[in-house]
Amino acid sequence: MKAHQPVEQDSKEKKRFKLKTEGTLVLLLLVLAVFLTIFTRGFLTGNNLSNLVRQTAINGIVALGMTFVVISGGIDLSVGSVVGFAGILVALLMKSGVPIGLAVLASISISFLLGVANGFMVFDGRIPPFIATLGSMSIIRGAIMLISRARMIAGLPKPFLDFAQTTYLGLPALFVVWLVLILFTIFLTKKTPFGRNVYTIGSNLEVARLSGINIRFTTYMIYGLSGLMAGIAGILMTSRLANGIPTGGQGYEMDAIASCVIGGASLSGAEGTILGTVLGAVIIATLRNGGNLLGIDPFILQIVNGVIIVAAVYIDQYRKAHQK
Amino acid sequence: MYQDSMYQVGKMSDYIVEMKNISKSFPGVRALSNVNLSVKKGEVHALVGENGAGKSTLIKILTGAYQKDEGTIVFDGKEVDVKDPHFSKNIGIHAVYQDITLAMHLSVGENFFLGELPMSSPFTVDWKKVYSTANDVLASLDLKIDPHMLVRNLPVAKQEMVAIAKAIYEKSKLMIFDEPTALLTNEESEELFKIIARLKSEGIGIIYISHRLEEVFRFCDAVTILKDGRYVATMPTKDTNEDELISLMVGRKIEEMYYFEHHNEPEVVLSVRNLTKKKVFQGIHFDLHKGEILGMFGLVGSGRTDIVLSIFGATKYDEGSISFFGKPANVRKPREAIELGFGLVPENRRTQGLALPLSVKININLLQYKKISHFGIVIDRNRELSNAKSFIQELSIKTPSEDAIVRNLSGGNQQKVVIGKCLANQPKIMIFDEPTLGIDVGSKEEIYTLLEKLTKTGTSVIFISSYLPEVIGVSDRIVVISEGRQMGIIDRNEATEERIMKLASGIEENSAKIESEAV
Repeated sequence: MKAHQPVEQDSKEKKRFKLKTEGTLVLLLLVLAVFLTIFTRGFLTGNNLSNLVRQTAINGIVALGMTFVVISGGIDLSVGSVVGFAGILVALLMKSGVPIGLAVLASISISFLLGVANGFMVFDGRIPPFIATLGSMSIIRGAIMLISRARMIAGLPKPFLDFAQTTYLGLPALFVVWLVLILFTIFLTKKTPFGRNVYTIGSNLEVARLSGINIRFTTYMIYGLSGLMAGIAGILMTSRLANGIPTGGQGYEMDAIASCVIGGASLSGAEGTILGTVLGAVIIATLRNGGNLLGIDPFILQIVNGVIIVAAVYIDQYRKAHQK
Repeated sequence: MYQDSMYQVGKMSDYIVEMKNISKSFPGVRALSNVNLSVKKGEVHALVGENGAGKSTLIKILTGAYQKDEGTIVFDGKEVDVKDPHFSKNIGIHAVYQDITLAMHLSVGENFFLGELPMSSPFTVDWKKVYSTANDVLASLDLKIDPHMLVRNLPVAKQEMVAIAKAIYEKSKLMIFDEPTALLTNEESEELFKIIARLKSEGIGIIYISHRLEEVFRFCDAVTILKDGRYVATMPTKDTNEDELISLMVGRKIEEMYYFEHHNEPEVVLSVRNLTKKKVFQGIHFDLHKGEILGMFGLVGSGRTDIVLSIFGATKYDEGSISFFGKPANVRKPREAIELGFGLVPENRRTQGLALPLSVKININLLQYKKISHFGIVIDRNRELSNAKSFIQELSIKTPSEDAIVRNLSGGNQQKVVIGKCLANQPKIMIFDEPTLGIDVGSKEEIYTLLEKLTKTGTSVIFISSYLPEVIGVSDRIVVISEGRQMGIIDRNEATEERIMKLASGIEENSAKIESEAV
């Protein structure tokens, strides 16, 4: 194979361009951090940062799974409920004497299956993802209330609770879990046929079908992965809050979708990266944390959050329109 | 001398538009140099050339989307400076593009009056006038379209007619049609041709751009040929022929393009027996031999696409059997067909063939990912890249890089990416469904060359086309389909356009030719 000179030049240019979305996000984050360091006392303290990182990790893990769904052209509104479900289920199982490891494994597996059920509705039932997962969001939340009798579940085993507080090599354990999952999902999107298939399905279902892609299996896996990530996040949440909380995870779907979108994913599919989503999640969490430190009314923070989502998509559209 | 000037005067009043010595450069590219185009009133003037010959640029200068660098435009006897699209509309230049520019969510009637709805009082729209005017214009063109319908609920062909009717209502003096039949069926095209004839009879000048040369010869009066941004010639269509046009456009004759060695071997690769899908096609029955090109001809809607999609496992069939190298092939899904060694270049590359937002590299490797992955899990990036590069080179796909997004490539190059995707899988049978539709002559020729190369290496081909000379030119045998029925199989040396057309329109059935040879 001969190496084309102009071709190589162009791919370099392409890389520089790619950096733009993610580079902008990094820049935004730095500005935010500098601003908060200067204007608040508590931002750049070990305590605050490790708190920030712990909270980001849980939302960030949910967003990782959501990224696959969004790239495939779908949406998963049920993740918040799955977070809550896994959190309650693991607590209930441990309370009834199931060993920690087994309880965790069972909760994660069931979360995965809940996701697969979404995939089943979307692929086999041909129900639009928005509706299918809106339904399961409500169904799963109802199930949580039913199995927990809407009560908090306390008195969980100490080793389980300790996990959220431990550190590895000076990093909070929750953060380490997130990091591992980030690497895993980057691997999936960039290096595996599965990842390519997700993008292809997101760009055109008929093309994917005629190209021999196993759409059924891939759809199950996409939503399964979203459920799996939400399940892991739910278990970590219970460990962090030291209780199984029936309302836990409510609204997490919004944060996850926002992270994807701020990170450059397109809700019409075929666009988005894990790295973008991670940066999106960090930006949302930093804003929230900074807002608290600055003593800004949390309701106003919510408004700001909304504005940022809209602005991020606007900037992205603007950038695309002026690409040529 | 006197004679000469008289001639000039006569000419002046005859022409609706005269573009002289038009030149246009973009940064780094000279898109047009000294191009001429003159269209008489009541003339249908074809503008032909390969993709990139400068047709679109010339038209965009005429409609004001681009500004010329040099040259003059005389419109209706006066020199004009077309500074923007609004100006060109005002003086009576209208263009109908293949992607229709109507407000999809509004009614047909409203589309006639966009931005200037007639008012019955300062605050109320005169809807009666909107719909009665629209109705009159449509009726005058013999179009049976309800002006109350929303545009998006109309089939594409009707939308195009509405766009034309609108242009007529806006008092067009010059109409430009850019590949108007690309999205139309044969019948719909006929309807369009009637309207064009009518416009012509009303003295409107028409510029007609099409890759389909048979259309040029059917109803265009004159033709202007562009090549590489240069003016080649203008001549009356009656003084030229298809071969001459093509040789002027590309520098070769069409027979030469079709002429290639055939590599038909006796071994049967695929047998289709009595294939039937209720209400779509019945009793399809043929053998495909190693290295053979089996043409499949039928009018649009004859069921030919459904037949190949059934063979490919993309739609289900009710009865019949298919065997592949003598073994029953019960293909239920495209995936299974691909694994067996089928490749499909579908009819619509944009909606069936390509993941448009993704890169050339990913599209070429789309069928390969399992194969080029370690343990089926980790993609071998080097193989992915070398695969892409080798097909970009082999099929001479013009793309800035293997990472370029497929959406941004030209039609011909997109088609080559689809073909590359199939070839990467080393197919034993390639199915081409209208592969040359809407692509330039140069790319067509490359596809024919590729057919020769494929058959030489023992690949068999099923080739669907609506263009008779093409089917006859490339095929070893031709299966003719009419309304879902197989009318006959005709050998290359017995094939004439007349004979095939008779079969395809259902006038004559050639039952003796239906094969029943045992495998």
